[in-house]
Amino acid sequence: MNWKRSLIAFAAGLPFVALLAFGMTRDPNQIPTSMPGQDAPTFTLPVLNAADTVNLARHAGEVVVLNFWASWCVPCRIEHPVLLQAASRYQDSDVHFYGVVYQDTEDNAQRWLNQLGQGYPSLLDPGSRTAVDYALTGVPETYIIDRQGKVVFHRAQPITDLAEFIQLIEAARAGTLGPAGASS
Amino acid sequence: MLRLIGFAAVAAAFAIAIFGIVAAVVAVKRRDAGLMQSARAAVYTNFVLMSVSNLAMITALLTHDFSIDYVAQVGSRATPAYITVISLWSALEGSILFWGWVLSAYTAGAIWFARQRAGALGAYATATMLFVGGFFYLLLLGPASPWGLVSPVPLDGPGPNPLLQNHWLMGVHPPLLYLGYVGFTVPFGFAMGALLSGQLDDTWVRLSRKWTLAAWAFLSLAIVAGMWWSYDVLGWGGYWAWDPVENASFMPWLTATAFLHSVMVEERRGMLRAWNMSLVIATFLLTILGTTITRSGILSSVHAFAEGPIGLFFISFMAITLLGSLMLLAGRAGELRGEARLDRMASRETVFLFNNLILTAFTFTVLLGTLFPLVAEAARGVKVTVGAPYFNSMTIPLCVALLFLVGVGPALPWKGVEARELKSRFLVPVIGLLVATALALLAGVRGGWGLAAFGFAGFALVTNVREYVTATLARRRAAGSGFLGALTGVVRANPRRYGGFLAHIGLVLIAIGIAASSIFRLDREVTLRGGESVAIHDYVVRFDQLRAEQEPHKVVVYAQLTAFTADGKELGRMYPALNYYEMRGGEPITTPAVRSRLDEDLYINLLAFEQNGANATLHVIIEPLVAWIWIGTGVVAFGALISLVGGRGRRPAPIRVPSRPAQPGSRPRPVEVS
Amino acid sequence: MSARIRSRLAALRTAVARAALPVAAAVTLAGAPLGAQESPVHGEGNVIQVQEETQLERDVRALASQLRCVVCQGLSLQDSPSELAQEMRGIVREQLEAGRSQQEVKDYFVSKYGEWVLMEPKREGFNLAVYILPMVMLFGGVGFVLFKARQWSTPAPAPADGPAEGR
Repeated sequence: MNWKRSLIAFAAGLPFVALLAFGMTRDPNQIPTSMPGQDAPTFTLPVLNAADTVNLARHAGEVVVLNFWASWCVPCRIEHPVLLQAASRYQDSDVHFYGVVYQDTEDNAQRWLNQLGQGYPSLLDPGSRTAVDYALTGVPETYIIDRQGKVVFHRAQPITDLAEFIQLIEAARAGTLGPAGASS
Repeated sequence: MLRLIGFAAVAAAFAIAIFGIVAAVVAVKRRDAGLMQSARAAVYTNFVLMSVSNLAMITALLTHDFSIDYVAQVGSRATPAYITVISLWSALEGSILFWGWVLSAYTAGAIWFARQRAGALGAYATATMLFVGGFFYLLLLGPASPWGLVSPVPLDGPGPNPLLQNHWLMGVHPPLLYLGYVGFTVPFGFAMGALLSGQLDDTWVRLSRKWTLAAWAFLSLAIVAGMWWSYDVLGWGGYWAWDPVENASFMPWLTATAFLHSVMVEERRGMLRAWNMSLVIATFLLTILGTTITRSGILSSVHAFAEGPIGLFFISFMAITLLGSLMLLAGRAGELRGEARLDRMASRETVFLFNNLILTAFTFTVLLGTLFPLVAEAARGVKVTVGAPYFNSMTIPLCVALLFLVGVGPALPWKGVEARELKSRFLVPVIGLLVATALALLAGVRGGWGLAAFGFAGFALVTNVREYVTATLARRRAAGSGFLGALTGVVRANPRRYGGFLAHIGLVLIAIGIAASSIFRLDREVTLRGGESVAIHDYVVRFDQLRAEQEPHKVVVYAQLTAFTADGKELGRMYPALNYYEMRGGEPITTPAVRSRLDEDLYINLLAFEQNGANATLHVIIEPLVAWIWIGTGVVAFGALISLVGGRGRRPAPIRVPSRPAQPGSRPRPVEVS
Repeated sequence: MSARIRSRLAALRTAVARAALPVAAAVTLAGAPLGAQESPVHGEGNVIQVQEETQLERDVRALASQLRCVVCQGLSLQDSPSELAQEMRGIVREQLEAGRSQQEVKDYFVSKYGEWVLMEPKREGFNLAVYILPMVMLFGGVGFVLFKARQWSTPAPAPADGPAEGR
């Protein structure tokens, strides 16, 4: 055995192991989002079961919470009560909640809302144009848009912690929720 | 009860593996034959124990013993018995249990056949294989235990992953893959045995060559079974997406293929000894990398299992085997120096050198592309995708080069020929090249690489078929027997050689199938109302009606189609379907309808439909010669089988008497009975 | 009816409703409106004749092959049969129809999903490594093998031929 060469080989193999170890710390299924910091894409979408449309521009200078959901989505059921509570807290304030129905039928969406409670309007997104504008990769996903019309928060997971969520909204209201660290 | 038996068997296997490792090492140190016998006994016992444990799990699955964690996870009363049995490998824990079984069987077989003639090398090989086995038993005791107790006992389970339930190939692909992957532990074990014992002659090569060939054949079958499954289930009409897990199974295949060739150079010429050792080690490490990738959640993939703490175990094991074998190999490289003599450039040895070079570059490219997203994220913090366009553009030239070499190698003898002889040897193959290229041009191929692929496929086909034809004709003249008799005589006389050529022919068929089906693929999306038809290529497809059926755990929606030829002859019904499984979210699993013929496949996938059945959106794909990929694989496997068991052929004779003193530790070459 | 089956049927209806969307994306009927032609063969329904693809359709196909389906594992928008991919192909088509260049459409998707959405890394900066290293490996290897082969084929002492094989 030539131990010197052995040691060189050992050193040569280490970076590979380090790379794999680094891989362990990453979630490959987490898809990057570059939304936080960008201007919120505008939209004019019909409201579910109402002869009305909503244009994002309507809320210029206010805070908007957008939640994409679907009736066939299981985690959406888990986060819905949290969203309802948050929305009721901001009733008649400068914070507006909207659901956006993702790849679903109007009937199913309405039935789901009747069953689980409806605290704010849900919008329809035919052809998923708005979903792609917001870099959606599945449901549920939640966005917070600040007074300047910028996306300041984007989460591709269910919202389960009410206190944390309220804090985020308050930060967005105060204009202190920067894009850094706001995506998760 | 079953829980206890299954668990205890694995626990005992783990303890016995550790005992066996210690016994084998001590047996070498003390030259204690009795202790060595105990180490071997440990190997055989572990095979029995793992069989018991696996059978216990199968019994538990069949009897729906939902108190056992794994059964509760994948079992279901509504699932048919056959699917229940194959759900043994449908989730992480079961697949590791099955892996452990296959590994214990390989180890027992390899040690049994090597028991008379391996000495210290065999002892260290035993220890190495038991070490690998011990790792898997450890997983089964800790992070991947299938034997956990579920309380309260559920009345029913969800059934296995729908993607696996949906196709018969899922009963075939995983075991073949494990037989392939796991089989490479045997040559690795013998290589480690050689390195550890210092017995660096070609004993380890002779002990492991057939195991390597068998594992290679299983892996070939497994890869293509996986392709076939993708084609039949995933609904996009393709069979290879360069997914990390597909790549993970392909890389050891590439290095093993390189080994199967370069090992002949070692046997004949005593060359490339350190290189062959490296290839075997690389192959094994790539199989471990493959399992690490699939099971640790490092890279995302369609085929990946759930993640968990098991990733850490795999990475630690990967680190130990990688660093350990690299250190051993580097430390011994100086002692592994072989012969180094080439007589002529135009020789089979040289072709094998280039074959190895290209296969290595191929492996490197696939490895780099597979891991590059990780590298980019580590270096730049940015996620990138390395997908099919990258792999296609980088590897198609390598594939064409390999086809060229498949056509050159068999036409060149060992030690080579003079330049003037080349013309007579390559005249006919070059005619084949020109004819194939002309045919491809006529058929409408315009791209340079496409033409090259078909041209060199023709070239390689001619060379390899000619080897059969000339030898058979010569034998018929000499022996006066019939053509078939002469053919079998030729193959019997040298099964390894002619098995190899047959594998080449199969590979060329696969190449033709892949090239034709990607170049001439025609696909359109069309929405039809009831009674309407679409005319595409030579087919008219009519949408008759839409139906839905409730089955256990799923709702199936299928379109009834009738296919006709362009002139109105009915070809039959086709039923592309969408399966809505309870377990999955909104996304259905497709079941495309495929009408497969030797000349082309008509492949129809149901994309969407109107609830009242008024219309259906179909993806109609026409792919020529796809079937030849599956047929070619059969030919490859048959070739490998001939090489493995095709009668008692001649042992390849070393061409040159060693011109240097015997290696330290080498012994006289025992006669091998193959 | 169990909750499970109910939710399943809900999903089924979902899919049913979504079926209406891809009609717009059925880009293959170039100019031939549904039911334009009476079937000469079967009589009971119209036969839709598949036409040559238009330039636009070829562009959509080319571009969709270079973009990753965001809900799949490594399939391109072109290859993926998923609903979202079908709709994203629709977006590609709309934007091209609106006169955007291929690069602009690509940039739109990159601005949303990052470089990750491209099926192969941009050929620039650090990414060049993934394109260049295999070449270095291959051509370095060719050089090495040729060098070694030359070294190995220097005249040796008179070769004592072993039993050479047939051919």
